[in-house]
Amino acid sequence: MLPAFVRRAATLVATAVVASMAVFWLLSVVPGDPAQVALGLNASPDALAAQRAAMGLDQPLVLRYLDWIGGLFRGDFGVSVVSKLPVGPEILDKVQVTLTLVFCALVVALVIALPVGILSAIRARSADGVVVSAASQVGMSVPGFLVGMLLVTVFSVRLGWFPAGGWVAPSDNFLEFLRHVTLPALALGAVQAAVLTRYVRSAVLEILREDFIRTARSKGLRPLQALVVHGLRNAAVPVLTVTGVQLAAMLVGAVVIERVFVINGLGSMLLDRVGSRDMVAVQGIVMVLVLLVLVINTLVDVLYTAIDPRLRTRVSQ
Amino acid sequence: MTRTHRRATTLAVAVITATLALSACAGSAPNDSSTNTLTVALQASPLNLDYTTSAGAAIPQALLYNVYEPLVKLDDAGEIIDLLAVSHTVSDDRLTYSFTLQPDVTFSNGTPLTADSVKFSLDRLKTDWTTASAAQLSSISSVDVVSDTEVTITLSAPDNTFLYNLAGPAGTIFSPDAVSDLAGTAVGTGPYEVESYATASSLELVANTDYWGGTPGLDAITINYFADTNAQSNALLSGDADAIVGLSSPQLLTQFGGDDRFAITEGTTNGEVVLSMNNARAPFSDVRVRQAVRYAIDNQAVLDTVQQGYGTLIGSMVPPTDPWYTDLTADFAYDPDRARELLAEAGQTSLDVSFAIPNQPPIVAAAQVVQSQLAEVGITATITTLEFPSVWLDQVFTRADYDLSLVNHVEPRDIVQFSTPGYYFGYSNPDADAILAAAISGTNEQFVQGMTDYARLISDDAAAEFLYLLPQLNIAVSGVTGLTENSTSQSIDLTGVTRTN
Repeated sequence: MLPAFVRRAATLVATAVVASMAVFWLLSVVPGDPAQVALGLNASPDALAAQRAAMGLDQPLVLRYLDWIGGLFRGDFGVSVVSKLPVGPEILDKVQVTLTLVFCALVVALVIALPVGILSAIRARSADGVVVSAASQVGMSVPGFLVGMLLVTVFSVRLGWFPAGGWVAPSDNFLEFLRHVTLPALALGAVQAAVLTRYVRSAVLEILREDFIRTARSKGLRPLQALVVHGLRNAAVPVLTVTGVQLAAMLVGAVVIERVFVINGLGSMLLDRVGSRDMVAVQGIVMVLVLLVLVINTLVDVLYTAIDPRLRTRVSQ
Repeated sequence: MTRTHRRATTLAVAVITATLALSACAGSAPNDSSTNTLTVALQASPLNLDYTTSAGAAIPQALLYNVYEPLVKLDDAGEIIDLLAVSHTVSDDRLTYSFTLQPDVTFSNGTPLTADSVKFSLDRLKTDWTTASAAQLSSISSVDVVSDTEVTITLSAPDNTFLYNLAGPAGTIFSPDAVSDLAGTAVGTGPYEVESYATASSLELVANTDYWGGTPGLDAITINYFADTNAQSNALLSGDADAIVGLSSPQLLTQFGGDDRFAITEGTTNGEVVLSMNNARAPFSDVRVRQAVRYAIDNQAVLDTVQQGYGTLIGSMVPPTDPWYTDLTADFAYDPDRARELLAEAGQTSLDVSFAIPNQPPIVAAAQVVQSQLAEVGITATITTLEFPSVWLDQVFTRADYDLSLVNHVEPRDIVQFSTPGYYFGYSNPDADAILAAAISGTNEQFVQGMTDYARLISDDAAAEFLYLLPQLNIAVSGVTGLTENSTSQSIDLTGVTRTN
């Protein structure tokens, strides 16, 4: 087991390093002068030159990269030229918000998709199965920000049940946290629920055709019983794969949802800092997102083997 | 009906009943009115708290007058009034300004305000400021402490813009022992103190209980920032905010009209929406082509389409709150035939030009109207939208690589930029520069007359086309009074705000 783990960790680090180079290079060719944005209209050429030097923009690209990546390995993300605060603690602060939101959205997606997907598979040929299938198709094609705006219009502006935006940390006031997280989690989770429903449905449909389900049915179990006792674990592998991909999609989707709901998380910070060309912060945020996605994928890999013993032998070969 | 269907129907009825019951009692009333606090929803957010080294209108908007105070300030009508100065006098040669300071003023960290604080702060303009507003006070040659409460400022040359600029961010008086972390800590003499700032999200101000001017009108002010204007107006509609100052999308006003929970005011700003033409290169180096553009644009139609009619036609780069404002809207009134004639005279009957604009929704909308009006007279303008501020600043403002652009010039009294060498307008006219220089160093009467002449010359030369002046649209829940209707200064002045409920 140890070599497999070491190999996986090495892959993760190597991918992260390559990604860091790509991120750094891409951001260096984005048009717009960070010094000009920091000093604004009418700044004198001398002030601009001094600002560029202070930002290290007069250094060669490779040196700047080595400086940055060296800092990252020491846990130092650098100091923002915009907020003049260390970037690391700022990101740590915001990433908690975004991860909490994404986790709640995942719960929403699973709570909707698992029962709906399973039921629509069992009742595939009846009318409600078709309705669910059609509804999930529609749900997939609606952008999350639109869902968000509709939710705000109905539940905040018209009905006044939930706040239109903002964020309260669960540790500060759990009830207020729930009030604030409900709509954004729904907006972010609903679209993913639609996607996930289809995968759950097709995975379950496939399982229902398997011999062992027929055997279970012939022993007298009803379809749902047969599925719960024998089938779900088998359906879990493809569903888990999609959930992993969706987690990554929700991290990215949170960028837009946070803007709609005025949540001060990693996504809002990313948009703001791209706008103000705060490259130190942007690089840091993108790297954190890359690392999160890599870690999620690795975890999904590990979970496969936990769920399906057949994969365990394949891994150790 | 089967049993499951019956159960589903019962459930649906229960849910609908509960929904109706909840919506009946929830109500969407604005914030509870028991406390003497105000929550303001603004759009652009400060990068940090330091306007001495960081650009952006949002920092002085939040902090000037509310937290930081200069010797003088601009009131709602644009008049200069004393603030930290009890009084001031100007010498006959207009080179020496003597200020007597308010007694018993302390900074929010307890340090008393003295003439030394004034000297310290104004001396820092040359040594520590990096933003451009410092240059507005570059005519100061020395600051001399006469006594603890008296200070004299000497100018290198007479400067009619001096007091006005002293009322802006550059005139801020800092506490000498509190400038080590201006980005994170703001120590001023104003009626409110900064409690905390969550970057791009929320600024908490609390009343300065030792304020020299008496007890502030509110116990606390929260400024929440909304990058998206829909979210901003939703915050007010859902009761999460009490006021919006400077709504940028007039389309959203309809949601508040006819609702007696809200009061709407329309005032003026310093924001001229300017269709800039690159005077430095063909085809707009030809005055006839520039004049043709001015005749080709129907400003009222642009204002109606983009701003729902909110805003003011100005015809020059001067808002009505400036002393030298003259209504020049009749000078280049919409006349497409005259435009075609001028283009024919210039030998430019079919023109292709680049139109590089910022990616801000109202600007994009205005550019499309302008584009179609230009097409009417035979000018094909190809629109490129550039990310604002970063890419627009780089391409248009710094490198002047454009034919036409369209941007909101928010700085006060920025008409003088037509005489700034290398400015992206590319306008160069020694006569105009001479008129401006004489105005700035002349008597007050010569100043107003000179600026009037300057504005007219810029307009006649068609150095740019001035589409309209942006409106200052404020919406507040009823019971909030004292919001300044006009935006004359660089501050969103909340010092006079009180609540009656």
